[in-house]
Amino acid sequence: MAEVVLETQALTMRFGGVVASDNVNFKLRARELRCLIGPNGAGKSTFFKCVTGLLTPTEGQVFMRGQETTGWMPHQIASLGVGIKTQTPNVMDYLSVFENIWLAARRFHSVDEAKHKAEAVIDRLALNSIARSDLGNLAHGERQRVELGLVAVGDPWLVLLDEPAAGMSAEDVERMTEIIHELTKIAAVVIVEHDMQFIRSIAETVTVFHQGAVLMEDHVDKVMSDETVRNVYLGKKAG
Amino acid sequence: MQDRMGKDVLMTLVVAGLLIWLLPQLVSTYTLTVLIIYGMLGFSLGLIWGFGGILCFGQAAFFGLGAYTYAIAAINIGESTLPMIIAILVPAIAALLLGAMMFYGRLTDVYLGVITLVVTLILFKFINSTAGPQYMIGTARLGGFNGIPGFQTLNVPGDPDAYIWGDAYFYVCAVIMVLVYLLVSALLRSSFGRIAVGIRENETRMSLMGYDVAARKTILFAIGAAIAGLAGALFANWGEIVTPGLFSLGQSAEIIIWCIVGGLGTRSGPILGAAGLAYLKFALGQQSLIDNTLITGLILVLFVLFLPKGLVPAISSLWKVSFARRSPSRVHQARRIRNRGRANG
Amino acid sequence: MDLSVVILVEMLYAVASLVLISAGLAVVFGMMKVINLAHGEFMMMGGYATITAVNLGVNVFVAMLVVAPITVGLIGLVVERLVIRHLYGRLVDTMLATWGLSLFFIGVATMIFGNTTTGISTPIPGFSIGSYQINGYNFFIIVVAIALVIGMLVILKSTRAGLIARGTMQRSDIAAALGYSPDRIYMATFFCGSALSGLAGAVLAPLVGLVPTSGGAYIAKAFITVIAGGPSLVAGLLSSAGLFGLVNQIFTFAISPVIGEVALLVSAVILLRLLPQGVTGKFFKGKL
Repeated sequence: MAEVVLETQALTMRFGGVVASDNVNFKLRARELRCLIGPNGAGKSTFFKCVTGLLTPTEGQVFMRGQETTGWMPHQIASLGVGIKTQTPNVMDYLSVFENIWLAARRFHSVDEAKHKAEAVIDRLALNSIARSDLGNLAHGERQRVELGLVAVGDPWLVLLDEPAAGMSAEDVERMTEIIHELTKIAAVVIVEHDMQFIRSIAETVTVFHQGAVLMEDHVDKVMSDETVRNVYLGKKAG
Repeated sequence: MQDRMGKDVLMTLVVAGLLIWLLPQLVSTYTLTVLIIYGMLGFSLGLIWGFGGILCFGQAAFFGLGAYTYAIAAINIGESTLPMIIAILVPAIAALLLGAMMFYGRLTDVYLGVITLVVTLILFKFINSTAGPQYMIGTARLGGFNGIPGFQTLNVPGDPDAYIWGDAYFYVCAVIMVLVYLLVSALLRSSFGRIAVGIRENETRMSLMGYDVAARKTILFAIGAAIAGLAGALFANWGEIVTPGLFSLGQSAEIIIWCIVGGLGTRSGPILGAAGLAYLKFALGQQSLIDNTLITGLILVLFVLFLPKGLVPAISSLWKVSFARRSPSRVHQARRIRNRGRANG
Repeated sequence: MDLSVVILVEMLYAVASLVLISAGLAVVFGMMKVINLAHGEFMMMGGYATITAVNLGVNVFVAMLVVAPITVGLIGLVVERLVIRHLYGRLVDTMLATWGLSLFFIGVATMIFGNTTTGISTPIPGFSIGSYQINGYNFFIIVVAIALVIGMLVILKSTRAGLIARGTMQRSDIAAALGYSPDRIYMATFFCGSALSGLAGAVLAPLVGLVPTSGGAYIAKAFITVIAGGPSLVAGLLSSAGLFGLVNQIFTFAISPVIGEVALLVSAVILLRLLPQGVTGKFFKGKL
C-alpha cells in the first residue's frame, strides 16, 4: 500500500447551529485520484476549505504526510507542496499567462529555474499562443487551464481541485481530463465535482457526502448503481 | 532583461540630470527642494498603494514621525548623520508593528483606511498636547502645537560645523531622490516586487501558491514608511522646525491626491503629481481670489470622476494610441487598483 | 452623590453626542455602502446655516431643528446628483471624491465666512447640582439624540419607506428587481443622511466655536463609530457610540480630556482588530 498523504480524523465544522461538516474521517494515498460528490450543501466545499486552510475546523484534525496541519494558514499548507484550485477562478487577471505561472513557480525555484519551469508548463498545457495575454482577456476554459498550470508548476504531491470542470465546454473538459491524468502520475488528486459526466470519465474511487457526513466510499460504478446514493443525489437530480 | 534594466537606469539618470540642471534656472532652489521632498513622500505612498494595493490614509504619520525623530535625535546628538538614520528606522519599525497587526488580522481596505487614519489622529492629538515642560525626550522639549525649532540641521558627516544648506542642500536632496528612485525600481524588478504586484492582483491566489501574504505586505508597508520617514527628516532640515501639522489629516489627504493626479501603478506619476500640485499650491498662495483648499478639493473630485487613472498613465496611453504600437489593455488599471476590495466593503 | 449624578450626565452626554455625530454617516453607509468623508463639512455647514438664520432673526430652535437640516439636505441632494451618483459600487473612489468635496466645502466656507471663529450662545441656561455646575444644554443634546434614535426605529420598523429601506440595506439588487428604483432610494437616503448631519452640526454648534475646518474634529469620530458599529444601523450605532463614549469619559475623568480622546481612538483600533466586521457583525446579528 502506498503512503497516506491526506487524512482527516473526526473533522467537524459548525456555523452557528448548522453542522456543515460532520465527523468526517477521510484517507487518501499517494497518487490516488478521488472524487468528492454530493448534492448542494452536502458539505463537500466546507470539507475542502477546512483541508486547504481557508477555514479552521471546529473539531477534529487534518494530517498531511503524517504531519498535523489543523488550523494552518493556506500559504503554509501550499508551501508543503500542496496545489490548490478554488471553486471560483482565482487568478491575477491583469497579469499575463506567463507572469501568472512564473509567480507560482518562483515560490519553489530560483528566478531562472522559475522561468524554465513556467515555459515548460506553458508548453505542456498548450498555452503558447496566449502566453503574453492578460488573463482577464481570456475565455473561461483557458483561464481554468491556466489555473491548473499554476497548480502543476509547483510539482505538488497533493492536488486539491474544487469544481475544475464547472462551466466548461466538452472540448475543454476533455483537455482538463488529460491534464488531471497527467497530474496523477506525480500526485494524489482530490476533485470536488458536480458534473456526473466528468466524474464517470475520470473517477475510480468516489466519496459521497450527504448532510455534512460521508455517506459511502467505493468504486465509481458501485456508487452510481447504489440505491441510497440515487435517492439522495441522482434521484433528486433526475426528478 | 539585463539590457532593459540598463536602459532604464540610464534613462533615469539622463532625465534626472537634465531636470537637476534645468529647473534651478526657472524656480528657486529653496522651492525646488521642498518639491523634491514632497515628490519623495508621494513616491512612498505610490509604492505601497500602486504596487502593493495597500491604501494608507495615514502616510503623513510616517512623514511626521521621521521629521520629529530627526529633530529630537539631532538635539540630543548634536550632529546629523546618526539622526538621519534613526529617522528612517523609527517610522519603518512603527510600520512593521502596525502592519503586522493589520495584515495578520486579514483586514480589508476600508478597515485599513480607518486604522491608519486613526493612528495618524492619535499621533497628532498626542503631539499637540505636549506643550508642557514635562514632555521631554533627552534634552529635547516636544513643544506641543508650537513644535520643535532650533535643532542641528544637516552637516557633512563627521564635521558638525560644516552645514549643508541653500543650493548644496537642494543637490543633496535631488541625489537622494534619484537614489531612492533607482533602489525602488530595482526592488520592483526583483522577485519581491513582482510578487507584491501579484498580491495586489489576487491575495487569495498568492497565498494558495504558498506565499506569506501578510509578511510580504508588512515588509512593503515598512519600506514605504522608511521612505516617508526619510522625506520627513529632509523636510525637517529644510524647514528648520517641526510642527504637529505634519501629522494632520490635511497632509494625508494631499499625499493621496498627489498619487491620484499623477497616476497609480506608475513610478513617476506620484512624484510628478506631488511636485506639480505642490508647485501649483505655492503659485496659488500668491493670490487671494480663490481659496487654496477649494481648488485642491475640486482637483481631487474632478480627477476621480473624469480621469481616474491619473495623468501619467493617461498621457502614456495617449502616446501609445497615437503611435499605435500596442493596444492599451491596462487603461483602467489605476481605478481598478483602488476599487479592488469593493466586494469586501 | 452629586458627583456621581454629574458623571452619569456627562457619560450620557458623551454617548448622545457620538450618536448625533455619527447618525448621518451611518444612514448613508448602512443603506448605500458609501462612506461620505465630507460628513464633517456637512455638519459644519449645518452650524453655519443655524448661525446665519439666527442672525437673520429666526428663532434659534427653528434654525437648529428646521432650517439647518433642510439646507444641508438640499446641498447633499446636489452633491449626490453631481458626484456620488457616478461612483456607486466603487467604495474607495467615493471615499476619495467625498474627501475632495470636504476640502472644497472648507474652501467655500472660508471664502464666505472668513477664517475666524463664530458662534452663538447656548439657548438653555446652566444649573447646579449640589456644588457642581451642569450645562443645561447637555440635556437638550441627550433629548435630541434619544428622539433621533426612537424616530429612526419607528420609521424603519413601521413605515412603508422604512420597509423599502431595510430591504435595500440587505439586498439592493433584489429591491431593484422588485421594482423599487435604487436611484430614487439612494437620492432620498442621501438627502436624509445629509439632513441628519446638518441637524447634528446645528445642535452642536452652540457648544463649539465654529470655523470652516470644524468638520475635521467630527469626521474621524463619526467614521470609526460607524465602522466599528458594523452592519446593523441602529444597534451598531448605539453599541459603538455607547462603548466609545464610556471609554472617552472614563479616561477624561481619570486623567485628562486629551487622554480621553486618545483612549477612544486606541480602543477603536483594538476593537477593529478583534472584530473586523464591527460589533454587530459579531453580536446582535440581524437587528436593525
